[in-house]
Amino acid sequence: VRHSTRIAVGPVQFRVGSDWAEPIAALERLYAAYPQDDARPADATVRLFAARPWRRWLRPSVHIGGDFIVPDALPLPLSMGLLAAEMGMNLQVALGWRRHMLLHASAVAKDGRALIMSGESGSGKSTLAALLGEGDWRLMGDEFTLIDPASGDALAFPRAVSLKNSAIAEMAGRVDTLRLGPLLAGTPKGDIRHLIPRADAVAAMHEPVRPALLLFPRFGGEAAIEPMGEGEAFVRLTEASTNYVALGEAGFAALARLVRETPAFGVSYPDSATGMTLVGQLWAEAVR
Amino acid sequence: MSAMRTFVDLLAGRRDAPSLAPRDWDGVIGVARAEAMLATLACRLEQAELPPPVAALFADQRTAAGVAQRQALWEAEMARRALKGQRIEFVLLKGTAYAAAGLSCSAGRQIGDLDILVLRSDIGRAENDLLEAGWEWVKSDPYDDAYYRDHMHELPPLIHKARDRMIDVHHTILPQTHRITPDALALMSDAVTTAGGLAILCPADMACHCAAHMLADGDLQGGLRNLWDFHCLTRDFAAADPGFWGQLDGRADMHGLRVAVHRAARLARDLYGSALPSGWDRHEPADAWYRRRLFARDDWGRPTGFALQQAFYIRSHWLRMPPAMLARHLWTKWRKA
Repeated sequence: VRHSTRIAVGPVQFRVGSDWAEPIAALERLYAAYPQDDARPADATVRLFAARPWRRWLRPSVHIGGDFIVPDALPLPLSMGLLAAEMGMNLQVALGWRRHMLLHASAVAKDGRALIMSGESGSGKSTLAALLGEGDWRLMGDEFTLIDPASGDALAFPRAVSLKNSAIAEMAGRVDTLRLGPLLAGTPKGDIRHLIPRADAVAAMHEPVRPALLLFPRFGGEAAIEPMGEGEAFVRLTEASTNYVALGEAGFAALARLVRETPAFGVSYPDSATGMTLVGQLWAEAVR
Repeated sequence: MSAMRTFVDLLAGRRDAPSLAPRDWDGVIGVARAEAMLATLACRLEQAELPPPVAALFADQRTAAGVAQRQALWEAEMARRALKGQRIEFVLLKGTAYAAAGLSCSAGRQIGDLDILVLRSDIGRAENDLLEAGWEWVKSDPYDDAYYRDHMHELPPLIHKARDRMIDVHHTILPQTHRITPDALALMSDAVTTAGGLAILCPADMACHCAAHMLADGDLQGGLRNLWDFHCLTRDFAAADPGFWGQLDGRADMHGLRVAVHRAARLARDLYGSALPSGWDRHEPADAWYRRRLFARDDWGRPTGFALQQAFYIRSHWLRMPPAMLARHLWTKWRKA
């Protein structure tokens, strides 16, 4: 492995190896302010590799590998190496992590309580979390939220936020450009630009928080709030969890507790400003 | 020292965990994951002094392996219920059998599919019962399906539609076209019953199957895990019954697996430090190739030694079917690819 780096996000220590220097340099820039402990052994390994030696130079294409590999996953061009690295890190966590229940959800925290937002890609959960994280909330993560089966608390996984398409312009106007990664145009997921979380979000990433509100946002359509029953929230979250089945009874107990103790709502919103208003309103009721 | 060597030394107990530098664990964890043996290592080192992050990761792995084993045993129970109506007798094989019997190699062992053995004459009824109980065919390709039915030692794999778990129903332990033909009837008739009421192979047959699976059937992918099974099985069986090695010799001869079983024993001695009786404790130059194949992984968990891997891959096919048939098979597969 020619180039490598180590990154700790939340409870996971990664080592990332690459056949190319560029993705490692881009990662090191994004994660420069994250805590580093060089003596800490890695929980997970990510590898970015060329399928054939000559593909390192000739039309270089980046395959995503590591402890877990998705067979037949398409490689990305080297210009999207940073995206490949991020996808590799997500993949290893999604398939390999067992200490916590993983929810494919964004989360923000305030006053020791967490707002968890779960939804398909395109639901706006990342954008809402990023916007809230620039206000008086602590960003916990835009992709994964970890639930500790023993305590029921939520834990942060604040990797660099992956802003997509129109969210890029929306955030670029609000944050220092030094906190933005390079624009990755025309990726399989559209245009992508990474946002480095605020220093307070990184500094507090090991602090557990009690879930206070579960939202299932849906971008587009009239503003609407729909209370969601425990059963529906449960089923939706089993689908949003990458390791619910693997955790067995502990996963069931953690999820059952989460939906019993946390009010849940479906939220439709036509634009981010409305979305933020609805979130604020529901939060005020939830923590009252 | 390479991560693979360190990993094997830790399993064998030749090296103490505290002697590793913190960053040595990167490679050890990486290769252990690649060999699907991280939880096995975690169980082996449960009492060892470890850096806190490694201890935490290993505790996760032990818990997860416990859950996975319960799920695998539940799958065996589901098969028992499905097959009980027609009184089809079946024997558990490999990981599920080790777990059902509480054998030491099952500590942390990953269990993939549920493997069972039934009498050849029962295979059609077993398939029907499983289909009625919710299992479904996975191989949609007619050539693959026919290939399994005509030439393999098992039905085409079935997956349960609700639980998404795979079952492999075997009627013997090596492909029908293999140069070696184990005595499947003896495997079934000499099976023993666990305390939980499930049937497993008798100790000598279990070791024979383990060696056959590793050395006569496959290309040694996952070989370290199979060899660890073999090491633990033979050690425990010999401790419980001093006549075990003699019985193993007899059974291996009967099944035509003498070469595979003896080689497995020598490799287990070389890698994991198994103590072998006099008739077994020999040295064969060809074993060096197998050892190299078993260690073929770099510190990032990547397979190395492409030529050696290809050689073992070709060997596995060479053993599995006669040359003309192999040519036909590869031709068909190549045209479809």
